[in-house]
Amino acid sequence: MSSTTDAVIQDLAAQKYKYGFTTEIEMEEFPKGLSPDIVRMISAKKGEPAWLLEWRLKAYEAWLKMEEPTWARIHHAPIAYQDLYYYAAPAKAAPKSLDEVDPELLRTYEKLGIPLNERAALAGVAVDAVFDSVSVATTFRDTLAKAGVIFCPISEAVREHPELVRKYLGSVVPAGDNYFAALNSAVFSDGSFVFIPKGVKCPMELSTYFRINARNTGQFERTLIIAEDGASVSYLEGCTAPMRDENQLHAAVVELVAMDDAKIKYSTVQNWYPGDADGKGGIYNFVTKRGACRGRNSKISWTQVETGSAITWKYPSCILQGEGSVGEFYSVAVTNGHQQADTGTKMIHIGKNTSSTIISKGISAGKSNNTYRGQVKILPGASGARNFTQCDSLLIGDQCGAHTVPYIENRNASAKVEHEATTSKIAEDQLFYCRSRGLSEEDAVGLIVNGFCKDVLKELPMEFAVEAQKLLAVSLEGSVG
Amino acid sequence: MLEIKNLHARIGDAEILKGVTLTIPDGEIHAIMGPNGAGKSTLSYVLSGRDGYEVTEGEAIYNGQNILEMEPEERAAAGLFLAFQYPVELPGVGNANFLRTALNAIRRSRGEEELDAVAFLKQARAAVKQLAMKEDFLKRNVNVGFSGGEKKRNEMLQMALLKPGLAILDETDSGLDIDALKIVAEGVNALRSEKFSALVITHYQRLLDHIVPDVVHVLANGKIVRSGNADLAKELEASGYVGLEAA
Repeated sequence: MSSTTDAVIQDLAAQKYKYGFTTEIEMEEFPKGLSPDIVRMISAKKGEPAWLLEWRLKAYEAWLKMEEPTWARIHHAPIAYQDLYYYAAPAKAAPKSLDEVDPELLRTYEKLGIPLNERAALAGVAVDAVFDSVSVATTFRDTLAKAGVIFCPISEAVREHPELVRKYLGSVVPAGDNYFAALNSAVFSDGSFVFIPKGVKCPMELSTYFRINARNTGQFERTLIIAEDGASVSYLEGCTAPMRDENQLHAAVVELVAMDDAKIKYSTVQNWYPGDADGKGGIYNFVTKRGACRGRNSKISWTQVETGSAITWKYPSCILQGEGSVGEFYSVAVTNGHQQADTGTKMIHIGKNTSSTIISKGISAGKSNNTYRGQVKILPGASGARNFTQCDSLLIGDQCGAHTVPYIENRNASAKVEHEATTSKIAEDQLFYCRSRGLSEEDAVGLIVNGFCKDVLKELPMEFAVEAQKLLAVSLEGSVG
Repeated sequence: MLEIKNLHARIGDAEILKGVTLTIPDGEIHAIMGPNGAGKSTLSYVLSGRDGYEVTEGEAIYNGQNILEMEPEERAAAGLFLAFQYPVELPGVGNANFLRTALNAIRRSRGEEELDAVAFLKQARAAVKQLAMKEDFLKRNVNVGFSGGEKKRNEMLQMALLKPGLAILDETDSGLDIDALKIVAEGVNALRSEKFSALVITHYQRLLDHIVPDVVHVLANGKIVRSGNADLAKELEASGYVGLEAA
């Protein structure tokens, strides 16, 4: 790298985060800290049935006995769990319709580019807006209801569709699955619930937009998506948070269930606040995402563009149980400044002729560390299983790190597992070539990075692919001269 | 008009250009020939602003501006174009996307309106046709998997679309067969006008059969040691560069 480039890599203060504003709104918060009483208060606030409270308390007990996992390539000061608020919500009573939503909240989402007014909304996309611990609005519910699709806050689903929630909640990610999933199971406050009945192709894209606003507050959302036989749905989540000096904890759980011939496409554009140039502040993003392909020929596809968060710890996975089921994981993870990402996937092949594809693109700049960690496991019954994995890393500058940690376990001789990995740097001659054609250095980096990520970006729903491209460019702003 | 005055440049401790003086009026094509190691490529990189070359003395004025003080992208916006000896591969970046991004960057900096995809493709397809290239050229990734000849044609396609005022061709003819050589020559000749000038750097005379230069300069040991008309190239072809450094 050139000397000017080096100078600017060190000067990461130029990095911009345009979603860092805060919303001034009266909040209701429960007392700090975590205890059985707090769990009871959350459950009571939501008017939950006894079985769910019991489930939460069991999860809390399990969490107490567990220890924070330490195997990931991330470093952070201990998280003071008793110093966090576990519930924070706008003080006004929950709105019954969009007209009743606090205008300050509508303005917040508008500023984020997510108009909740249905007339102004993106055509063909229904949005559930989650603000701190609660869902504040869900658009296009009537349109979806006509098709038989349920799309609502999970707290509402607990009341309106208890039989469905009880049947599927925790069936993919059990309450005691891991430290952060157990924590989430004890204190989750909201998130989205999606149910696509037999044979229905969801008529629009579904989307949830998560916003952390309150200070010292953890966000623990829970998402549950069920696609019955022959159903299909495409779902997208986006996330942002204000710029704050202290770290904030986000520990979500997402569960997907796909029955015979069902298809679920789950896309994430994660842009939580990454912290400042010195590594101060930012979101700690500890997320458990898992999909169960229970039916024959079912398909679950994860696509993620991870640009935010001080720490990202997530491994969207597929349990390929149904014969002929398909799991896919397409990931772009960008780290800049002092960000740390340890992300990847698990593909567990149980059924015959199951197949999985993993395409991971890691981009590291600044002083960041970016790790791909993935597991491919072929169980003895998975005859004819296939996996293809490709992990590519791109380095910008010479103070960052890229690491690839694949775990492959094949217990069926007829299965085929392929793994390819590359590491490259943005070459000085590539930058000069672009600049000599009139591109600024940052545009040149954006172009080269987008080229590097093309195989993943093309998997995103069209409406969001352009946004994701811009986001990549912004995330790497200031990474080179 | 490009005026290079007493240009000295070094890489690390090694002085490569030792006082190059050269004027290219608008509308003229000048060729620079010379033995290996004379500083031909260094001159093209110094003029286009590549990192790693230190200018210790002299200036290069193009249309009134000292381009040596500008960033490479500013020089491109001012009308400079470097056709690379070894065009660079950009994996995953579509040729059409690259060309449109470059063209619009230059138009923007000149205060012109950006071209939308439809208008751009119309121009690009016409240029592709003129250069006898296959249309899938626009869909392929920039230079990835291109043959040597295809890479050079791609440089000519970029030049045709960016319409520079001054093109520097850095041994664009190296490794080309006669057909590809003609394509390069046609690319340059098509742009010939009162407002276009070019600096053609070449080791061999054969390119100059197709791009007939107004002036031929000989660069040896970091200096222009001889200048003349097109016949000088033929003379060099016959006698070689031996003895020129002392001239």
